Amino acid sequence: MATAARLYGLIAEFRSPDELVEGARRARHAGYKRMDAYTPFPIEALNEALGLHHSPMPKIVLAGGLTGCLGGFGLAYWASVIAYPMNISGKPLNSWPAFIVPTFECTVLVAGLAAVLGMLAVNGLPMPYHPVFNSKNFELASRDRYFLCIEARDKQFDREGTRQFLASLNPSEVSEVEP
Amino acid sequence: MSREQEALHASIYPAKAPFIAPGHTAATVTDKISEVVLRKMPRWWWVGFFASALIVLMLLNALAKLFWTGIGIWGNNIPVGWAWDITNFVWWIGIGHAGTLISAILLLLRQQWRTSINRFAEAMTLFAVACAGLYPIIHTGRPWLAYWLLPYPNSMGLWPNFRSPLIWDVFAVSTYATISALFWFVGLIPDLATLRDRSQNKAAKMIYGMLAMGWRGSARHWHNYETAYLLLAGLAAPLVISVHTVVSFDFAAGVVPGWHTTIFPPYFVAGAIFAGFAMVLTLTIPLRVAFDLHDFITERHIQNMAKVMLATGLIVAYGYVIEAFTGWYSGSHYEGFMFLNRLTGPYWFQYAMLWLCNILVPQVLWFKRVRNSTLAVFVVAMFVNVGMWLERFIIIVTSLHRDFLPSSWNMFHATRWDVMTFVGTLGLFVALIFLFIRFLPMISIFEMRTLVPEAQVKSKETE
Repeated sequence: MATAARLYGLIAEFRSPDELVEGARRARHAGYKRMDAYTPFPIEALNEALGLHHSPMPKIVLAGGLTGCLGGFGLAYWASVIAYPMNISGKPLNSWPAFIVPTFECTVLVAGLAAVLGMLAVNGLPMPYHPVFNSKNFELASRDRYFLCIEARDKQFDREGTRQFLASLNPSEVSEVEP
Repeated sequence: MSREQEALHASIYPAKAPFIAPGHTAATVTDKISEVVLRKMPRWWWVGFFASALIVLMLLNALAKLFWTGIGIWGNNIPVGWAWDITNFVWWIGIGHAGTLISAILLLLRQQWRTSINRFAEAMTLFAVACAGLYPIIHTGRPWLAYWLLPYPNSMGLWPNFRSPLIWDVFAVSTYATISALFWFVGLIPDLATLRDRSQNKAAKMIYGMLAMGWRGSARHWHNYETAYLLLAGLAAPLVISVHTVVSFDFAAGVVPGWHTTIFPPYFVAGAIFAGFAMVLTLTIPLRVAFDLHDFITERHIQNMAKVMLATGLIVAYGYVIEAFTGWYSGSHYEGFMFLNRLTGPYWFQYAMLWLCNILVPQVLWFKRVRNSTLAVFVVAMFVNVGMWLERFIIIVTSLHRDFLPSSWNMFHATRWDVMTFVGTLGLFVALIFLFIRFLPMISIFEMRTLVPEAQVKSKETE
């Protein structure tokens, strides 16, 4: 069939998070790598089942925080010592204790922006179109259904074989996802 | 534990009421909360929204007059250069603090009861900060030049004074507003996706879809999302403490008697949480009746909030006592006079009401019977709302109106423009809350789903 090449993947629908986690675990043991689960709420056990270990978020936020910290102090220092030196109640130009507040606020501001924009960037959002939205009942992924999708680009993917494998995981339904 | 031991344990420690009524599933939670947004609003919503919108018009009127004439239309005059405007600023920003406390600090402390009130409290924070931010800007007198407060390269070659607490305030409040908005929006993304999937109306589907940015609940996304959300909470927690600390520096760094004390930062932060929880209770108690949300916002939520209010109220009481003690112990003539003037001067009535509203009335919360009565908790919260406004008024006005030189003493009298501006921001706040409950889920749906029994994933790695 001509559509065989044009398949995003196969998706299995589960009724409970337990079945999904068990299914994901078995899929990973069966050697599948290119797969993703879709759930209405975060499930910690899934990270382990899908082999997701490291989130790059802490590093991104740390980088943002350091940038904000140095930038905030640099701004206060540069404005008060270099650009506009003023003797204010006899304080030294570099009256660093007074700069702690703007420095702290800039640290939090840039770290927070890094957390949000970084999370969106790492997740590839905004993404208005995604093939998985084509699958049947997918609007319930934001209610009470749990999905496991094995993608066609996985090396082990085989239209019939993978379908049988997914069916063996005891899902309520297995369907094809068009790209 | 054997069965007998369990029975014994249960008889000694009776199980606490759950945070979500039994019988709920991920589906019922989703439907019940999104239904509020997706169905037609009841008639009282329209009445309430239009009434508050009218008050917003009054605010615009007061602001137009203010911009046209100048801040001379207010009662502020030397020596009372700060009055209702700054009172309102501190009051509003304090109210905001409960939202961040509930959403960030209680999240880090793994307090599950925050889940059904955090979204709402965060929205309250955002709107309160918007109302608060208005005051310093309009108090500059020439609000179209308010951007001069920001450090930016300009042709005048000027830079703000980074040693001034007022500039710290600009940094603190603008950072707080930004982070609160981000935290709120990040929490909303999965729920916007839920609304996109639930709504039948094409336009609504499009708008919620655009706002959800293509969220599809992928496990990989959740993984990064949860980490980012926790980190944001970790950042917001010290931020919220810093904001009211910096606000208190506006006073504590001044030499005016009654302001120049080191107790101010903790005392202000406690007062902010106290006032904030009072406002959360003021808003949640009627809303849970109006939208029949008793299953999600249970008696236990109200009781917990009442307990927080009682605890922070006691810290505030300690602050008042220390203020009086310092007046005597400092040996400073002016500090001593400041306290006596509060007690017996022309503002004695407001000071007495302050003790009544903030210290005496909340003590009834020691009694379980009172905490169990939603109506009683609501009444106490109203007292605290008034009391905390009076606290800021007393701190600002009684300290300023009689300072060092008796020849420059004077009284402050609010004008109708003061009243219209203050009532106007109350209207603005309520109007924004009305819009919020109309268009966005007021309870975090995805976090509520994690509380239902089916979400407790049991299976462990078996191999």
